[in-house]
Amino acid sequence: MSGNLLELSDLHVSYGRAEVLHGISMSMKPGSIVTVIGANGAGKSTLLNAIMGIVPSSGTIVYDGAPVPRSVEGRVAGGLCLVPEKRELFATMSVEDNVELGGFLRSAAERAETREDVYARFPRLAERRKQLAGTLSGGERQMLALARALMSRPRLLLLDEPSLGLAPKIVIDILNIVSELRKTGVSILLVEQNARAALEIADEGYLVELGEVRLSGPASEMAVNPALMESYLGTHS
Amino acid sequence: MIATFLIQDGVTNGAIYALLGLALVLLFSVTRVIFIPQGEFVAYGALTLALLDGGKVPATTSLLVCFGAIAFLFDLWSMRRGTDIRTFLRSLALNLVLPGVIYGITIVLAPLDLPSVAKALLTILIITPMGVYVYRIAYRPLADASVLVLLIASVGVHLAMMGLGLVFFGAEGLRAEPLADDNYTIGALMVSAQSLCIYGATIAIIVGLYMFFERTLLGKALRATAVNRLGARLVGVRTHLTGVTAFTLAAAIGAVSGVLIGPITTIYYDTGFLIGLKGFVAAIIGGLASFPITAIAAIGVGLVESFSSFFASSYKEVIVFGLIIPVLIWLSLSGGFHEEE
Repeated sequence: MSGNLLELSDLHVSYGRAEVLHGISMSMKPGSIVTVIGANGAGKSTLLNAIMGIVPSSGTIVYDGAPVPRSVEGRVAGGLCLVPEKRELFATMSVEDNVELGGFLRSAAERAETREDVYARFPRLAERRKQLAGTLSGGERQMLALARALMSRPRLLLLDEPSLGLAPKIVIDILNIVSELRKTGVSILLVEQNARAALEIADEGYLVELGEVRLSGPASEMAVNPALMESYLGTHS
Repeated sequence: MIATFLIQDGVTNGAIYALLGLALVLLFSVTRVIFIPQGEFVAYGALTLALLDGGKVPATTSLLVCFGAIAFLFDLWSMRRGTDIRTFLRSLALNLVLPGVIYGITIVLAPLDLPSVAKALLTILIITPMGVYVYRIAYRPLADASVLVLLIASVGVHLAMMGLGLVFFGAEGLRAEPLADDNYTIGALMVSAQSLCIYGATIAIIVGLYMFFERTLLGKALRATAVNRLGARLVGVRTHLTGVTAFTLAAAIGAVSGVLIGPITTIYYDTGFLIGLKGFVAAIIGGLASFPITAIAAIGVGLVESFSSFFASSYKEVIVFGLIIPVLIWLSLSGGFHEEE
């Protein structure tokens, strides 16, 4: 069990009286891509929010061999970073300011270094530095959300539906960027509706249904699992 | 001739309302608090300066020590389940040592016949930390509350601060000495040095705020919090950090306004409320969101006030506060103002 970057055991989350996650346990190795797939409302986003500390949870979250810090900013400082489904960009601020704020908890020297990498990775954003984030196209916004997240020098990126609402070609771009990121040593926990594409780039997969893990295993095996193919992989994708 | 006097008077008051309005917009956009007690900082500032003019140790220094002590108790309470030594020392330094040092400085300096600029700076030094403590005591425990709850808390803080003002300053009004008492004639206009100070300070604060929000990472973090609260948390901006920064700035702006207005009108312990409300009218016209519209509207409020006090002095306040009604109707019709979701 040791050597895992993230280990969840018996994680419960409730909104008011309704329990949404009923004891999720999972683990991921450093440098890997793990994907969580499942239908709408299965609790995938809640899972990421709980790991980030945005929603309160019970159970244990062990990150890098120690209990995860209590506060959100403590988790960001420790290298956790969530790119939420709605991106949550600073719409009335420039691309440049959005990127810069991503490195809020890092030193000026670290920001300068990471900034160069980030703009090299996203030349589109470099061209649009002065533009307001709210005026970007959907794909560019997702890139900006990723760029902002990278500025925090994450060790574990939590990506919530990065392909949501994007054109198929841009989905491929984004997923390529995600698998490129892994080469820099960043581990990625990816929540996706587009199960087939997600399993293609992931090492491990978890199927979450109604707040519980139903199935898990190497992504390559999950991709050919007959039960899974029927309900999630379908013929449409 | 009369018109030029009225205009000058209106612009001078308007400049002060602009400072208050800006502080209110700043606080609301960053913390969602409609900060009614902003005027109390003004009254505290003016009264502190007036007492320093008289060579006395202003009561605000003891008040500051009390605020710090209460804030420290709040910190102790939240640390009751264990804490590390650094958090404890930081709280000790901020809540007990800082007001103690300011108290000491004031006791030493107050009897000396300081130049008026030094007295003004000392006043700002005494009032500004109050923003930190007011936030710690009243608003930080409510960080996730709705706008309405925060507004109710503001009413409470306003009444408390006004009551404390009565206890510490007494019921009689005071007028501070002007920072400089020269007068200049420019054409038909006679401009007092005090109004020049007011214009200068207002412009300096507006430029300073602009630089802070545009050029510094902390300023950008405050803007980011105003634009997208969740987004700001996700990049590691602590709600408490932006809250404390906004309240400190607001208290400092309030203290400056008090120092500026103290010499041009007699200030009582409860005068701040009415002055603050006029800043609030300007902030409402700016939709509690726009700094430039608020500043311009504040000058407008000052002008309307000075003209209406000349032509219909008994209806002066009615006319000024009546300004808010068409604006609210217009804002609600245009749908530009949206409720907190």
